[in-house]
Amino acid sequence: MTATVTTDPGPATSAKGTSRGSGGARRRMPRIPDRIRQGGLPYLLLLPAVLLELLIHLIPMIVGIVMSFRQLTQFFINNWSAAPWTGLDNYRLAVDFDAPIGEALLHSFFVTCVFTFFAVGLAWLLGVAAAVMLQENFRGRGVLRTIFLVPYALPVYAAVITWAFMFQRDNGLVNHVLHDQLGLTDQPSFWLIGDNSIYALIIVSVWKGWPFAFLMLMAALQNIPRELYEAASIDGAGIWQQIRKITLPSLRPVNQVLVLVLFLWTFNDFNTPYVLFGKSAPANADLISIHIYQSSFVTWNFGTGSAMSVLLLLFLLVVTAVYLFFTSRGRKGSRA
Amino acid sequence: MRHLRAAAAVTLAISVAAGVTGCGGGTSSGGGSNESPKTLTYWASNQGPSVEADKKILAPELKKFEKETGIKVKLEVVPWADLLNRILAATTSGQGPDVLNIGNTWSASLQATGALLPWDDKNFEAIGGRDRFIDSAVASAGKEGEPPAAVPLYSLSYALYYNKKMFADAGITTPPATWDQLVADGKKLSKDGKWALGAEGSNLSNNIHQTFVLGQQHGADFFDKDGKADFTSDGAVSAVKQYVDFMAKDKIIAPGNAEYAQNQSLTDFAKGRTAMVLWQAAATTFASQGMKPEDWGVAPVPVPAGAPGAGKQTNSMVAGINMAVFKNTKNIDGAKKFVKFMTSDEEQKILCKTYGSIPPVKAAQSDPAFSAPELKVLRDTLATSAAPLPQVPNESQFETAVGTAVKELFADAAAGKPVTTDTVKARLEKAQQTMQQ
Repeated sequence: MTATVTTDPGPATSAKGTSRGSGGARRRMPRIPDRIRQGGLPYLLLLPAVLLELLIHLIPMIVGIVMSFRQLTQFFINNWSAAPWTGLDNYRLAVDFDAPIGEALLHSFFVTCVFTFFAVGLAWLLGVAAAVMLQENFRGRGVLRTIFLVPYALPVYAAVITWAFMFQRDNGLVNHVLHDQLGLTDQPSFWLIGDNSIYALIIVSVWKGWPFAFLMLMAALQNIPRELYEAASIDGAGIWQQIRKITLPSLRPVNQVLVLVLFLWTFNDFNTPYVLFGKSAPANADLISIHIYQSSFVTWNFGTGSAMSVLLLLFLLVVTAVYLFFTSRGRKGSRA
Repeated sequence: MRHLRAAAAVTLAISVAAGVTGCGGGTSSGGGSNESPKTLTYWASNQGPSVEADKKILAPELKKFEKETGIKVKLEVVPWADLLNRILAATTSGQGPDVLNIGNTWSASLQATGALLPWDDKNFEAIGGRDRFIDSAVASAGKEGEPPAAVPLYSLSYALYYNKKMFADAGITTPPATWDQLVADGKKLSKDGKWALGAEGSNLSNNIHQTFVLGQQHGADFFDKDGKADFTSDGAVSAVKQYVDFMAKDKIIAPGNAEYAQNQSLTDFAKGRTAMVLWQAAATTFASQGMKPEDWGVAPVPVPAGAPGAGKQTNSMVAGINMAVFKNTKNIDGAKKFVKFMTSDEEQKILCKTYGSIPPVKAAQSDPAFSAPELKVLRDTLATSAAPLPQVPNESQFETAVGTAVKELFADAAAGKPVTTDTVKARLEKAQQTMQQ
């Protein structure tokens, strides 16, 4: 469902807010026309991007925030303006952790935290390991790099559907290997329902996410001067020490952004659980994105769903702000 | 530089998060008009083997309609996975088709949005009168006591499909008519890697269809008279437990069926791995998977005792497709003409024969094609022993909540965890608590 522009006053005020730059340029116009001609050009070039950003992201977001304050159930979706304003009721419902709806949201939040921690951690670890190993030039390096990037290049749906087939209990490849070939389990396991579903989700997510980490880190490794390693090895540093004292510190700025981006993508991931489990994910793999989808589209209660989305947005903003605060402080400290 | 990067990251965070924040919409103007009397847009549900096949099946009929009335129908066949979300989007934005097909279980939910044209006596008169349709089909088109939100188009019911050879090999001569017989036969059939009954444990709608009927047999409706959720009554608990027990206790459903959601149970049946399935109009699927019509038999779905009938003898939901008109259509007269055309005796015969469904129009049922063995079972069931799913606004929530509870219970059963009255009741309790009013 894409957004349709509404006549809400919200978007108009926000449009003014975000195009602050051009407003500033206009104020200076009578005095120094030359400078705005120079200074205005970047803003002019940014204009299409800003407009698209408004249309695709900011306006729907503001509409979503407005929706979260209304009782937008199936009785009112045909005529939004008739939906009663409910103040903070939707939020109260979402954060009342003693009641079933809040409790389910909290549970979903914890599941998502655990999932994100492992999915991001493993994707990063694999990415670093592969990038470091492929740093040396050897025969077949190009082929390996290409193969490693395949999961990133595949369309998400096609890839996850394939995984869903592989995780089938009776005919899936995973059980065929684990149970039939290796005999590791007494009985074929279920991966798409029940307790194992979180493992299936993490495996697919890591498989899908690590090539991005690999790509970023591989690029970052190219920037580390070879002399550093040569000097270190003359001083008697082994491989492990070189990785610890040269590679990892040099990757720090890239890692900071990489982990943040992976965190945001993984925490919000909707495609993977939706394609893997359908509309109703097993309790153990009930990620927050799919939980919110269910709370809005399946129950047709878009007000509560929007309130949950806004809470998620706030949480991610807070995490991002705190993360940036600490990582940038660390960087300042290391410079001093 | 640092600020720039921070700002960039924050923007990124906002944009990523925006992906999950709501969606836009607009308001629609109420009431139909006749501003554009020469065209209609029609969303058809996917009834045939594929979307393309449906286009080919419907195209000549739409041409016929154009010839009769001069109205050109723009057809879009919408796959089932998208249909409800598309309808919701159309309802929200006011930008929808003039005429559309809906799953009949959504009728009351969509009726509550107020976006669909109510079929009061006057509107029914325009298409030949309410009496032309079978009562149970009209009852599945909206809340009781209110004008229906749609008109029945294709009807279906559940039946028991069984593999004749597997039955003969196990020494079973007649298909089971009661659940006790089904379990007894099932135990004879479930051996050597083969299983008696197929199920779609992870298909929420199918779980609802099956447990709803068992609920009727146990005297449970899942909703009280005021339309409030009542999932934990003794009857409802017994119904759900009985269904899951086919796997947990009776062991006549293969554990792997707990994760089935894409008609894998039909493939199992066609490949001779399971001997029975409870399904609606499965013949075309079996044929497409290489079975010959003489390989399988069709019988009414079992009941606790006696013969199928009304009330506790119910043995199927009223399944089917209804046809609705969006209230804000710009061609209200044309839309009604089109509904009249599609529900005419002649079109009903043509389309229902093609799709293997039963016409909800009484006069069309007299065609001999609907007396073939399979269709006769479906037809008799519809006429005498089928009940519509609860016609309440939050029906779709019910399907998700209780359907998920059954799915989780199947997952427990498949993993060898105990399924007791208490665990069933606890799951249903949880499902009931999530129902928002």
